[in-house]
Formats: sequence, C-alpha cells, structure tokens
Amino acid sequence: MTQDLIPIYIYSRKYYVPEGSTIITALEYLGFKLKKGVGCKEGFCGACASLYRLKGDYKLKGGLGCQTVVQPEMQIVQIPFVPAPKAIYKIEELQPDSEIFVRYYPELYRCLSCNTCTKICPQELQVMDFVQAAVRGDFEQVANLSFDCIMCGLCSARCPAEITQFNVAMLARRIYGKYLMKKSTFLEQRLKEIESGKYEEGYRELMSLSQEELKNRYFQREIDFQIT
Amino acid sequence: MGYPDYMYESIKLVEATRPRRAEMAKEGLQKFLKPLSAEEREKVLRDNHPDYQPEARKPIRVGPNKGEHLTSEVVDILERPSRLPRDFKLEPVDYETDVLVIGGGGAGCQAALWAAKNGVKVILCTKLRLGDANSMMSQGGMQASVNPGDSPLIHYLDAIGGGHFDNKPELLKIMTSEAPYIVKFLEELGVIWDKLPDGHYQTQSGGGASRRRMLSCRDYTGAEIMRVLRDEVRNHPEEITILEFLPALELIKDEEGKVAGAVLFDMETGQYHVVKAKVVVLATGGFGRIHIRGFPTTNHYGATMDGLVMAYRAGARLLHMDSVQFHPTGAIYPPQIHGFLITEKIRAMGGQPVNAKGELFVYPMEPRDVEASEYIQECKKGLGVRTPDGQYGIWLDSPLIEILHGSGTIERAFPAMFRQYKRFGIDIRVLPMLVYPTLHYQNGGVEIEENCHTCVPNLLAAGEVSGGVHGRNRLMGNSVLDYNVFGRRAGIEAAKLARETEIKERLNVDHVWEYEKELKREGIETKGYSPLLLPEYRNLESLKRHRTEFDPFAPAGL
Repeated sequence: MTQDLIPIYIYSRKYYVPEGSTIITALEYLGFKLKKGVGCKEGFCGACASLYRLKGDYKLKGGLGCQTVVQPEMQIVQIPFVPAPKAIYKIEELQPDSEIFVRYYPELYRCLSCNTCTKICPQELQVMDFVQAAVRGDFEQVANLSFDCIMCGLCSARCPAEITQFNVAMLARRIYGKYLMKKSTFLEQRLKEIESGKYEEGYRELMSLSQEELKNRYFQREIDFQIT
Repeated sequence: MGYPDYMYESIKLVEATRPRRAEMAKEGLQKFLKPLSAEEREKVLRDNHPDYQPEARKPIRVGPNKGEHLTSEVVDILERPSRLPRDFKLEPVDYETDVLVIGGGGAGCQAALWAAKNGVKVILCTKLRLGDANSMMSQGGMQASVNPGDSPLIHYLDAIGGGHFDNKPELLKIMTSEAPYIVKFLEELGVIWDKLPDGHYQTQSGGGASRRRMLSCRDYTGAEIMRVLRDEVRNHPEEITILEFLPALELIKDEEGKVAGAVLFDMETGQYHVVKAKVVVLATGGFGRIHIRGFPTTNHYGATMDGLVMAYRAGARLLHMDSVQFHPTGAIYPPQIHGFLITEKIRAMGGQPVNAKGELFVYPMEPRDVEASEYIQECKKGLGVRTPDGQYGIWLDSPLIEILHGSGTIERAFPAMFRQYKRFGIDIRVLPMLVYPTLHYQNGGVEIEENCHTCVPNLLAAGEVSGGVHGRNRLMGNSVLDYNVFGRRAGIEAAKLARETEIKERLNVDHVWEYEKELKREGIETKGYSPLLLPEYRNLESLKRHRTEFDPFAPAGL
C-alpha cells in the first residue's frame, strides 16, 4: 500500500489514512482496537458490515469492512450485527411447504418489491428475487439465489417491510437440503458396510503394521483419479 | 486496481504455455509429473519449510511439556503470565451449568448440540459472535469416503502418510470411519452438498489424497456447514445458553483438581464472569493470528491460541505443537487480500501452479507441507513473480479451469474466489492468481483420546485446539471433518460425564498461580500476558499516543 494519506470520516470525525486501506485496516491504522465488527477479515462471515456515504452522493451504501476500500471523504459507521427475529423450529417436524413461511416469517408477505435489499447486499445477491421465490414457495430458487449469503444483516436493516431476508433464506435452504435434494443411494450402502464392521479387519491390519511397512504401503498406494 | 503493467510480461508466458498444459491435464497429469518419493519430500521440506528453519523451534521451560521443542512463537505465548489479577476472587458465581463449551465455531456448536441432545444444560461462550471462527472460512470441502472406489481405509492411509505417520492411529480410525455418517448427519440438518443429478455427491481430489473424496458446497463449504450448525444451536434455547462477546480467560478447578468451569472476560466493560460447570469442552480453535515466522494468515481474527494457553496452565499435555501448517496458496497480491486463502479446490479442478516463465514446476496435489515447500523453493530459485512491495509469488493458473470444465465453471464452483478478486479488479476466469504460502492451521494441540478427554479431569477438547489426529501435517478437508466428528463425540461424552460428576467446593484457580510460580522459578520474565484474546494490528504511531491504563490490550513495553 502506498503511504499517500486520504481523509475519511469515522463516526463523524475526520481522520487521514493510507490510500488503498480497507475500512478495517483504516480503523486499525488509526488505533481502534476492534472487539466487535470484525471477524474472518476475508469476506466469509458478515461480522464487519458497514454503512457509508460518498461525497456528493445522497445514497447510503453498504459493504463489508474487510472488503471495502476507503475513498476520499467517505463517511463510515460499522454495524456489528443486526438484531433479528429467528424462528425456533424442529427441522425434522417441518414440511417442505410454503406454509412454513406463513407460520414463522409472516412479514415476508409484506415485501414491497422495492429492491432495497438487493441494492445494499455486499455479496451482490438478488435478494429481492429470493424473497419473492420464498413467497412463491420455490425452495430451490431461494437456495440457489441465497447460497452465497453471509448473513451480515444489511438487507434486513434497510428493509421497509421489516423482513429478515437472511433468516428466511436460512430456513428455506435447510428445508431444501434436507427434504428436496435427491439422496445418494450409495451413501446408505457405505454406512451399512461401516456399521456391519466390514472395515474392522482392515483397520486392525493397518494399525498393526510397523512404521516401515506402513510407509511402504503408503508410498506404493495406487492413485486413482484424474486432475481434469 | 488489477495487476500492475509489468506483471503482464509474465502473464503472457503463462498464457503461451496454457494450451499445452491443458492437453497434459486432459491426458492425466500423473503421466507427466510424478509425486515426490519419500526422500524427495524429506529434502524439499528440510530445505524450505518454515518449520525446519533455524530458530523455528525452542524448548519450553515450564508446564507438562517442559523440555520439549515447540514452535518458538507458541513457547513465547505459553511462557507468559495470566491476565487474571492476583487478588481475583471466584465470586459471585454468575452462571451454573452442566457443560460449558468454550468456543462458538464448528466443534463448539457440535459439542453443544450433542450435549443438549443427551439431556444436559449447556452454556456456550465465545469471544466474538456465534459462528465467528475458522470453521466459517473453510472453502474447499470435507473429506469422506463416499465413493465406491474409495474406503475409510484408503482415507486412513492417505491421512497418516500426509501426517508423516505421526497421527494417533485410534483417533484417525474414528475420524475416517465416522466421516460418511457426518455427511449424512449434516445433510439431515439441511446442509446443501454439491451433488450430481442422480443425488450422489460431487467429489474432487485433494492434496495427498489418492481418491476423489472431497465433498463441497460451492467454495462456501465451511460457511454453509457453520451457518446450519449455528442455526440449529439457536433452535435449542431451553438447553443451550449462548454467551457472545465473552471469551474465557482461565479454567477453574474444584478441590479435587477436576476442571469445574471458567472465568470469562468482557472485553468492553472489563468485567469478569464466573461460570461453574461440571464439564468443560474446549473448542477454541487455532493460532493463525500469532503470525508464526511473520507469515500472513488465512485465519479468523479470533484465532489467537487462547484455549491452548488455558489448558496448558491447567496441566494438559500438548501434542505436535512443533508443527505448523502453511497453506500453499495464499493470495500475495493485491495487498488488500494478502495472505487470504485460495482454496485447494482450485488445484483439484485443474488450476496449475506455474512459475514466472509459465512452467508447471510441481505436481499440484502433494500434501500441503510439501506443496508449500516447492513454491518457496521456486521463489528462492528466482522463478517467482515480484510484487510491487518486493515479495514473490507463483501463478495459480485459474483460467485453465474454464478450459477443462467449460466456461462458467469458475462462477458456479468458485463464487467466493471470483467475487474476492473481482472486488479488486481481477477476473480470475481470464487471469491467473498470484500466490505464496500462508499460515493456515495448527496441526497439533491439546492431546486427546478417542472420547476427547485431555489428561486433565473433566476437561475435553475438540477441533483445531486438539492434537493428534492429523499428525504433523493435516490434509485438505480433514479439519472440517475433524471438528464435526470430535465436536460431536465431545458433546456426547460431556453429557455422560456431567451426569457422573459432583463438584467438590472450593472452586479455585490455584493452578494459574502455581504456573506463575514455575515461571518465576525458571527465571522467566516476559512482556505481556496470555491468552492474547485479540491480535494486535494497530499502527505503532497511534499506539505511542496510547494511555495504557484504559486498555487491557495495551502492548507491553510502550
């Protein structure tokens, strides 16, 4: 990173930070000890959701602190998490039926199709589209469109209909994964093999080998796949 | 943003060799490049791997492993005094429970769930939010022998060879034989595995694996599993109390020396909280954020080895804490993502490591320590690509994936990687990624046995904080498996043990003071305290103006 400093505003105060900093590295550069609003630092956990405005732009924008490079005159606040209702359910007692949204997240049906959620999503997901898919009871569509959701909560913080999009999608994905995806028949066979003790003798044999014998076995083992 | 102009000279060379390399991949790379022999592995490791460099290890002077050589940075942290004030009183008791799970990642969530399923009350405390953990960041996959041409035994053999034959056999047997069950268990919770049209799992190869055994959820495997486990933990509010932003500082023992709870520390208010528990499950994860040998890390902000410190003071033996996993492919450019994980799945699906001249110089599927050492060696030879700040990396030729599997594959199979680079102006469908090894995983840890017992009564451990199952080098996809298998076992065992346990008053932290006496006896004077709780990234200039009396994290010596 270059050491050219640019002005930014954090919680309304003006600071100068190196150009090329992300919101998180800018905070650390300035001496903030991060105890909240920070997580994996690689864009996978949604802990560092931030809101910002750019100079001369009336729009409120959102991004992940660890992935958003600061710009001159940017105004920044962090949103460590968004309080949100989460349905409590026994997954094994649910049915793959859109009735579950009526039951657990009835506010879903207040969606105004305003697309505010999609615009704020730092993962650039089609949030409104998966909300609409949930309204239609299309679990597969919700699962596909919401799969990369890191549950930062920015969508629900901005939603005028008070929907918690990320929890709705979480429920839909679990239903889809558990009830609607095709099952592997071979997995059941493998589990039976293991349960029946088919591999016990093999383990006993491997575990009784001397270090030398084990090494020979390992380095002579057949490699059976193609990197294509 | 994007690559600086001068790098395109090298990128052109990579593009020039790409069609030929694609042909090689289609024919099967093993025909052109052989994996290294035992002797060759040994040599490349010895010459290049950071663990083998002078001063990488030193003897620890106190505690259960006294006299053994451990990773130097680990020793430095273990040899620090506690953060607990000397006049600390274990009263009032703020929380009482059957099982205390310390850590809110994958292992902690599995342990909490299974303890609750087995009828006991659980408190789960975690330093940041529930699910803020390395578990969330795993990308490539989880190993399980779910294919007909594979078996738990082949999985075992691959893992023990990758681990330099140091793995504890009984732990490895459990992990490899329970793997297919974990696949099913997670699917029944609603995890969406990548599948073929017939419902069977899509599988890839991984470094050091002799079969296709890597199950995935796009390249958000860890995130998908973690968010499902987290959601399920939150579905049990009656049985599981979740305490977020409340890390543990030290373990508590009872009169008989059994572990009987922990002292938690609120980092915002500076308040201590005492938890009394019949059994403690340690699931605090690893140590990437201690930046061993100055390497950047793929790890979560909270990965500061806290649990290992607490357990060691309480008398727990450590195993294989002389070995560190460096992931071969960490990003080294652009600077904003320096050290970030580039999933091994990129290589599994055909992305090849090539040098500045565009030459494929290594078999791409060696175990991680060998593969990483090969990259370091190539850069030492002067065949790396220089970054603007003077470091070197090698190319990981991602565009090959589009050639081998059809266009659109990268966006479909690697949405996280595609997004990560796009944010910084690089399209990995057409441009390769510049990589160098990065600090990734704590191979060793607190030694456990089959049911996750440490050698300290009523202290169990699971996941990255524990040691033994991976030997001295973990294979790809075995950490996700590890935390699921042993997190679950720890939960079941903790519930059983809690039923049999009676706490004998007086609760105490005497072991902490005994440990400090031992430090004194050995004449050890160190700066700072442990556990670290949080890593330090504040700019030195800003810290010089710092008033330390307001800050429990004030760096020593300022």
